[in-house]
Amino acid sequence: MDPKLRRQLGRIVSWVLTFLLMMIICVPGLWVVLTAFRPNAEVLAKPAVWVPQVLSLNNFAKIFGFAQEVAIPVPAYFANSMIIALTSTAIALLIGMSGGYAFARYRFRFKDGLFLGLMLSRTVPGIALSLPLFMIWSRLGLIDTKPGLIIVYVAMNVPFTIWLIDGFFRQIPIELSEAAMVDGCTRWQAFWRIEFPLARSGIASAGIFAFLTSWNEYALASQLTRSTYSKTLPVGLMDFTSQFTIDWAGMSAMAVIIIIPALALTFIVQKHLIAGLTFGGVKG
Amino acid sequence: MAEIVLNKLVKNYGRTRAVHGIDLSIAHQEFVVLVGPSGCGKSTTLRMIAGLEEISDGTVSIGGAVVNELPPRKRNISMVFQNYALYPHMNVRENLGFGLKIAGQPAADIAQRVDEAAEILGLTELLERTPAELSGGQRQRVAMGRAIVRKPAAFLFDEPLSNLDAKLRGQMRAEIKKLHQSVRTTVVYVTHDQIEAMTLADRIVVMRAGRIEQVGTPMEVYNHPTSAFVATFIGSPPMNMLPGTISGGAVRLADGSALPVPERAADNAREGQEVLLGIRPDDISPVGHGLSQDGPGAELTLTVAIAEPLGMESLIFTRIAGQEVQAKLYGPRMVLPGEELVFRLALDRAHLFDAASGASLEAR
Ligand SMILES: Nc1ncnc2c1ncn2[C@@H]1O[C@H](COP(=O)(O)OP(=O)(O)OP(=O)(O)O)[C@@H](O)[C@H]1O
Ligand SMILES: [Mg+2]
Repeated sequence: MDPKLRRQLGRIVSWVLTFLLMMIICVPGLWVVLTAFRPNAEVLAKPAVWVPQVLSLNNFAKIFGFAQEVAIPVPAYFANSMIIALTSTAIALLIGMSGGYAFARYRFRFKDGLFLGLMLSRTVPGIALSLPLFMIWSRLGLIDTKPGLIIVYVAMNVPFTIWLIDGFFRQIPIELSEAAMVDGCTRWQAFWRIEFPLARSGIASAGIFAFLTSWNEYALASQLTRSTYSKTLPVGLMDFTSQFTIDWAGMSAMAVIIIIPALALTFIVQKHLIAGLTFGGVKG
Repeated sequence: MAEIVLNKLVKNYGRTRAVHGIDLSIAHQEFVVLVGPSGCGKSTTLRMIAGLEEISDGTVSIGGAVVNELPPRKRNISMVFQNYALYPHMNVRENLGFGLKIAGQPAADIAQRVDEAAEILGLTELLERTPAELSGGQRQRVAMGRAIVRKPAAFLFDEPLSNLDAKLRGQMRAEIKKLHQSVRTTVVYVTHDQIEAMTLADRIVVMRAGRIEQVGTPMEVYNHPTSAFVATFIGSPPMNMLPGTISGGAVRLADGSALPVPERAADNAREGQEVLLGIRPDDISPVGHGLSQDGPGAELTLTVAIAEPLGMESLIFTRIAGQEVQAKLYGPRMVLPGEELVFRLALDRAHLFDAASGASLEAR
């Protein structure tokens, strides 16, 4: 066969495969979004109505209490989710930066063991800890509180943020901060002016990861929260199930509400993920 | 005034000692080169002067004050690193001005001094580029520019040219020399390249295994090495070393042949002493093709093993008493392997070292 034709054919095949793969990944998501705008009757119709006939914002109106039906306290859940995810991310990043920097730059006793221990802690599935966690948290009065959940999420995220940020600091040649200190910086200034900006993309990635983990977490949150004081959006999704029915359309609408901030954040931060910035400063 | 004095300077890394009590004083505006093989403690010494490495024992003084406890920023020095260490997220202008900005200088002053430095180093066109957009030589220049804008009391260089190719290295060497002549600041320069040491230094400090082996001007170190180590380290190709024994006022070599004891070592050579007779390749030449024809010498007929023509001279590999030696032939004459030639050894320029300690037997 003509090599040019062959190459073209190869390209077409790879496009088709990519398309199929993306479809498998995306269709459920798209279906959720579509369902969010359709009435329950149509969603549950048998035989299935594949092409939406009616699109409306009714489901969202219902969620926010603009309709006559019983409203679910979405604004409260949303606020809880935001507060818990942002706070736990901020704390996890702070610890991740300090820890990652320490692991990358300093030598200390038990360093390797400590690092391994941190990584191993990730091998325990969170749900396996839910019972002991529940018992301890109830003793401490942390059940159904935001701090209770924040602590859990910080603990879940810290090993990963340390690991990721450590890797980024390791890539930055130590001479850069030394040069800065000779140039007149204190150690602190050298960190903030040289090392931090260079590790920023890594710190941002760790931040996205930590945020999404906290934002989407369901298993532990469903155990540790009860009411509008601390219930997060994923747990709130279950409010749509009642004894006899499940409000699929309402649930989907809420799922969309959960997805949007996560998506928005990822896009915003992604712009700052300019990796490879450290190269070029050293060597020839 | 910025003289730098090292007093019994020691560095321990855990149980191992990298620097064994160094004493050295570097005069104001002097260009001192620390040279030695890899791992001999040059960088460690330099970094202790810079304040980047903690001092285990002894003192470092800059400008008369002990600076042991001062952080790098308070030592009024600047440093050029082997890998340049340019800030990748800043352009050349910001890299050059960074130190002044940290010091809180007004923007107008910074701009002026950066422009000056850029002018001196030919970086004016490159000011808006980032380090990633520069060639190796240009990065090197920026690193030097960053060192000079702050007008420090002393410059510290740690193998600044070792990442450049041979030609560029020669060029930058000349530029560093020029720079020192115009800026006139105390310089401590670390290298393992003895040519850089010879060409740049006012004084050379030869280091070995954490100790100073010899300090002197390039000519002193070249002409009067105090040990066999210095003799073979300084000079290229290295000095030939012929092992032998003092016997009846001559050096008896392995094959039983004898060469006269060099006059400068005559007083110190003991009968029966094991010695190394050191002769530079330049001082072993075929008769009629050498540098010096007069003075005491010895003539030997040797067989050429390999000849490397270099144009106006050739490097010849041969053997004396079973020991491989390098010799030089001056003049555009072709030499072939296997050829037998009469070589003249300029023994007035030969050196004698104690074989056990390596110490020079030259009378001082
Ligand atoms: N952080 C460290 N921990 C332990 N030993 C070290 C450390 N840094 C250097 N050393 C040791 O100290 C000795 C001197 O090192 P130094 O870097 O000063 O050598 P150098 O003369 O600069 O060599 P080179 O020409 O290779 O740069 C070496 O034997 C080295 O192994
Ligand atoms: Mg070194």
